[in-house]
Amino acid sequence: MTTEKGTSLWKDAWLRLRHNRAAIAGLVILAVIVLACVLLPFLPGVLQDPNAQNLADKNLPPGATHWFGTDQLGRDIFSRAIFGGRISILVGLITTFVSVTIGIVWGAIAGYVGGRTDALLMRIVDILYALPFLVIVILLSVTLQPWTAKLTEWTVKGVAGTDASQAAIGNVRTWVEPITTLVPLFIAIGALSWLTVSRIVRAQVQSVASMDFVEAARSLGLGHGRILFRHILPNTLGPIIVYTTLTIPSIMLFEATLSFLGLGVKPPNSSWGVLIQEGANTMFSNPWPLLFPSVLFSLTLFSLNFLGDGLRDALDPKSAK
Amino acid sequence: MFKNLLSRLVQGLLVLLVLYTLTFFLVKALPGGPFQSERAIPKHIRAKMEAYYGLNESLPVQYGRQLKNYLRGDPGLSFRLEGRPVSEVIAQAFPVSLQLGVLAMFVAVVVGIPAGCLAAAKRNSLIDSGAMAVAMTGICLPAFVIGPILAEFFGRGLKWFPALGWDSTSPSSWILPAFTLGLAYAAYLSRLTRAGMLETLSQDFVRTARAKGVSPWNIIVRHCLRGGLIPAVAYLGPAFAGIISGSVVIEAVFQIPGLGRHFVKAIESRDAPMIFGPVLLYGTLVILANLVTDILGVWLNPRLRKSS
Repeated sequence: MTTEKGTSLWKDAWLRLRHNRAAIAGLVILAVIVLACVLLPFLPGVLQDPNAQNLADKNLPPGATHWFGTDQLGRDIFSRAIFGGRISILVGLITTFVSVTIGIVWGAIAGYVGGRTDALLMRIVDILYALPFLVIVILLSVTLQPWTAKLTEWTVKGVAGTDASQAAIGNVRTWVEPITTLVPLFIAIGALSWLTVSRIVRAQVQSVASMDFVEAARSLGLGHGRILFRHILPNTLGPIIVYTTLTIPSIMLFEATLSFLGLGVKPPNSSWGVLIQEGANTMFSNPWPLLFPSVLFSLTLFSLNFLGDGLRDALDPKSAK
Repeated sequence: MFKNLLSRLVQGLLVLLVLYTLTFFLVKALPGGPFQSERAIPKHIRAKMEAYYGLNESLPVQYGRQLKNYLRGDPGLSFRLEGRPVSEVIAQAFPVSLQLGVLAMFVAVVVGIPAGCLAAAKRNSLIDSGAMAVAMTGICLPAFVIGPILAEFFGRGLKWFPALGWDSTSPSSWILPAFTLGLAYAAYLSRLTRAGMLETLSQDFVRTARAKGVSPWNIIVRHCLRGGLIPAVAYLGPAFAGIISGSVVIEAVFQIPGLGRHFVKAIESRDAPMIFGPVLLYGTLVILANLVTDILGVWLNPRLRKSS
């Protein structure tokens, strides 16, 4: 006896994705950049101190000791780009996670419950949609500053211990400060940017909720929570994943814009946005500090966008034509 | 249709109220006050100043009084600019920002929509992939990277346009900032137009038209443009909102004396009246832009008319 073996949605999607050269190239480039930014700072001896100034070696072109050259303070651009990339990627991931989580819950409830609840929840989304986003975030970033400063002190003390030496505290501060100053801000941004996700999820949930298998689940006596989270939501994952890959780059761009305006990461710490801004200041005399972070940043955004487009085509065969 | 518009207007007013409330509490939560300077101000003078600006009253009272002032169209006096009326500052700086925004919008529409149509018409050709690669570049490169590069190349290198600044009487100083600001939106619009046109081009009535011997140009322009533009037009409202607040960045890059710079400075110096003015102005513009988008959408898509 032979049984027909079906291919699952995910296997099908992977088969289609594999033939999309742009998406696969994006996936590989992305993996290389992310792994470099996450792992290299933990390997001793590979990276130089990203904030160490050495005025004797300032404005060097790329070479054997400084792979990407040095900036006008003699800091190694390669290690600054890697440390900066770590912050940019972290911020992109955390914010997207917050925004997608809120959006899924909000949209799923609106779509599943329907009626007045739906009308109310979606009216709130409409109102939030019309707010000038960048303007509110600029205000928010300044409002949060004293809290993030306190958080930084608290975390540095907690990690280094109260009786640590000045040098040890400085060391800890180097990697703690960019994270503690940015993360609260970007959780807040995530909490403001879930609107599109909620609309997508709502539409998906509405269309899935009227299908026969949901009726079957209901007639078996399953509770609403189980039907919604175990049966309906898994069927809406495709569009959510696609939207997520397209959100991460826009959030990273946002972080860069804020840092460029002087409202995100503060010097001497780095993120890709800060590095690009510093590089743009000295681009006339020394283009390398602008070139390398811009290329890394743009490559990451390119890869995420191509991957997102590829995933959309792979998960939704109808749109692939 | 008319009823729908009315409800959108009411909703717009509600949005403004939410925006005002949000801004009010964010401004109150800002660390530091407006009268902090290098020299400490004596306590009694400070109290006098706070009383003069009404800062010594309770929060609900301040909230209500300010709201009443805004409803009367009086945004008050700036703290930082030593009592200059906020309306005067806005009247001086906003035309520059608006001009920049409208020009950028023009760039976005004039570049983005034809590029998207062309890419859809010549689908899978070199023109298509080339246009879409340029669009992807426009989306991925932040404006503050493109800006300095354009300023260096066309401003300092070729000397075609001024590299910095804004002169409302000389159009050559408008080109680089407007292009930099509009580019990302042109890129989005071209992608949306391409997708919309491809969708429309695959429909049966196009095949009929082709069978009847209508020329490819006429199929695109007379038969498909109206339907194919719907997704792009729906994006025009959000695009205008993005352009208006995005001009904050462009004004910093090209050192343009627009409203965005006043806004960022006002936040730095806790100049509350000078924060509220631009926020409410931006909010109103965004609401109006969305309203115009809705009207355009209904005009383009007859199916929407029945449901409303």
